[in-house]
Amino acid sequence: MRSSRTIALGMAGALAVGLLAACSATGGTTSPTTPAAGSGTPGAPGPVTITVAGTLPGASQDNVDQLNARVKEFEAKYPYITVKPEEYLWTATTFTAQLAGGTLPTVFEIPVTDGKTLIQNNQLADIDAQVKADMPYYNDFNPAIVGNAKGADGKFYAVPAKNFYANALHINRTLFTQAGLDPNKPPTTWDEVRQDAKIIHDKTGVWGYGQMANGATGGWQLAVDAASRGGSLETRNADGTYKANLTDPAVKASLEWLAGLAQDNSIDPDMSLDWAGANQAFAAGQFAMFTSGSDVYNAMVQTNGMTKDWGYGLTAVPTENGGGALGGGTLAAVKANATDAEKDAAVKWIDFWYLSKLRDQSQAAADAKVAVAAKQPVGTPVLPIFSKQLYQESLTWIQDYINVPLDNMKGYTDVMFSQPVVGEPSMATQPIYTLLSPVVQAVLTDKHANVDTLLGDANTQAQQAINQAATASPTPGA
Amino acid sequence: MVTRDVVAVRPPGRRTVRVSATTTTRRRHTPVTWVRRGGLSALVFALPALFVFGWFSWLPIVKAVVMSVQKTNLIVTSWAGLSNFQHVLADPVLPIAIRNTLWFALLALVFGFPVPLVAAVLMNEVRRMKGLYSVLAYLPVVIPPVVAVLLWKFFYTPGPAGVFNKLLGYVHLGPVLWLQDRAIVMPALVLEATWAAAGGTVIIYLAALTSVPAELYDAAEVDGASVWGKIWHVTMPHLRGVLFVTFILQILATAQVFNEPYLFTGGGPNNATLTVLLLIYQYAFGTSLGGKYGEATALSVMLAVVLALLSVLYFRLTRRWSTS
Repeated sequence: MRSSRTIALGMAGALAVGLLAACSATGGTTSPTTPAAGSGTPGAPGPVTITVAGTLPGASQDNVDQLNARVKEFEAKYPYITVKPEEYLWTATTFTAQLAGGTLPTVFEIPVTDGKTLIQNNQLADIDAQVKADMPYYNDFNPAIVGNAKGADGKFYAVPAKNFYANALHINRTLFTQAGLDPNKPPTTWDEVRQDAKIIHDKTGVWGYGQMANGATGGWQLAVDAASRGGSLETRNADGTYKANLTDPAVKASLEWLAGLAQDNSIDPDMSLDWAGANQAFAAGQFAMFTSGSDVYNAMVQTNGMTKDWGYGLTAVPTENGGGALGGGTLAAVKANATDAEKDAAVKWIDFWYLSKLRDQSQAAADAKVAVAAKQPVGTPVLPIFSKQLYQESLTWIQDYINVPLDNMKGYTDVMFSQPVVGEPSMATQPIYTLLSPVVQAVLTDKHANVDTLLGDANTQAQQAINQAATASPTPGA
Repeated sequence: MVTRDVVAVRPPGRRTVRVSATTTTRRRHTPVTWVRRGGLSALVFALPALFVFGWFSWLPIVKAVVMSVQKTNLIVTSWAGLSNFQHVLADPVLPIAIRNTLWFALLALVFGFPVPLVAAVLMNEVRRMKGLYSVLAYLPVVIPPVVAVLLWKFFYTPGPAGVFNKLLGYVHLGPVLWLQDRAIVMPALVLEATWAAAGGTVIIYLAALTSVPAELYDAAEVDGASVWGKIWHVTMPHLRGVLFVTFILQILATAQVFNEPYLFTGGGPNNATLTVLLLIYQYAFGTSLGGKYGEATALSVMLAVVLALLSVLYFRLTRRWSTS
């Protein structure tokens, strides 16, 4: 009896110690990715493992295979580096949770608009030395985007990667045809978009237009609409401060245009659409037109089962009053607590995966070959991360591999370099986008919504968000 | 060495305290006697539970309280005093969130509270295939909440093609914008929430109903009681204790509703389903640049205090009628 009690006591004690050890390991700083000290030959880099942003959640096996093939090539080139891709989709809410929880991969992607603030908040690793060592072309980045990747000290904390795009109008050519419209003559003014949306809904029963309105995406797309009408959500004062500008007539005109679609009963009333949701709904034939980045065709092929024969079409966002297409882009960054070895491996991966295909003919061909073999899109039009000349040259390198329906994208490709590209708001971008989503929802769901009142209230909140962002960085001390 | 227990009985409403005393010699409390009497064993056995409870339940609470007076992006932190509380209380969206939460709680109480009770009483009266009905009632609880919401989102599809709208179409009604109409969206959320949660409460009521002695029903029948009379005079009094508990549990749960507004509407349209917990989430994770963790925890602390006070008040007010 006594021995069984002793055993039970011992087991309980061991369990307590085990739990303590487990929790200590979780909270500790030891990283399995840290290279083993003294391993490998003297002078040679030790083995290092990094996790990287990989395919979108729900990506097809072909897409996963494409990435894995490139990982193998990378690991063959750098035998001491092990790359572990993780599913990754940037959304404001999941990114913040991952950032807070320390669960971001070593290499992750962020929107260009978040670069400056994340750098200011010490949330990105300083990779200046690694960039300058491994990317001899670091002076060649498009100046319109690289500024967001550098800190106030002029150092690189991120690198322009993956894409630099302008928003465009995506159309379902099949629905256009069914409604008796010519998909080769897509709408070029917002009035035409509204007319076509109504015709499509009346003739086919499918919503003519879809609008993201969830989280920050409602404000983002309202910014697209306003920019196309020559407006902006905020203005920069002479002293460098920013002023909320939501009462801009272009913003009001955009909301009234959306209200018009709601009045026509031609816009999808689903207010829960975000970036991924809009892609999915469009690919499922839920509505015929929507605005988003010019490159979302890639995502729809990779995760929504879209094919070249689906009937996809791309055209430019209509512009008026000196407006332009709202631009955007992605930066690749490295976790703030990465070791030097991890930073070195991470920058090599960024160079290999994102950038080498844009600069090196053999890498471009190799990347395209793998993509085509995996039935992945090649040649979707985007804006140049480097120069326009290099971008156009890189297209000639992969000419034989281009498999996207470029003929259906002429409405965009014909004007992509002549249409003005407007930058996103610089200060408190995501908070302003977020507080505008309810305004978009109100206009689309309440026919009595007072646009002036809504925008007036939102403008007050936006100015508060701007003021807060200006003094956002907390001071050390606690 | 003989001991005896002395029971000191206090006036009603005060605790009864049991003290130990010796009649011959007073027992000395030393570490050795504590170990011999099993104190060490008890402590070692309790350690894992204490550790898990402390680490995963109390430590986060303490950290949240501390964070509510800090300004932090989880990398750089500074003390903020009560400014987080001031920011939250000055937020024009807070009254909207409180109003929506109260509206959800009221709807859930009016529709969600009686449904499981009625279902349990009816199921208790059924003589055949009682197990089947229990399974059917409990099945929605087994379905993961996210899956259930996605399923209902499909049902709520706007336009004539939606499942519910199709059904309404057969009687020449609709189509209804279930999740897009500000007037309808909250009842739509409560409908799904009631469907999803009623099964668990039904099982609790059914368990309580088994404790009602069958003789009481027989006696009531002899006295000429109708079915309604038996329910009112026999069943309900026996369920009173359980009802008191499920009532406050329901209020606490609905005050913290998150899944439905988050998954169905994200708080829309135009904040019509923004609840207090969703607002806390939006403070913390609504934007991508570090979040307002201080404000989020400040509102969490305020909500916890309000619910704790509400619970105390509820139990004080209902003590007289409680069976326990």
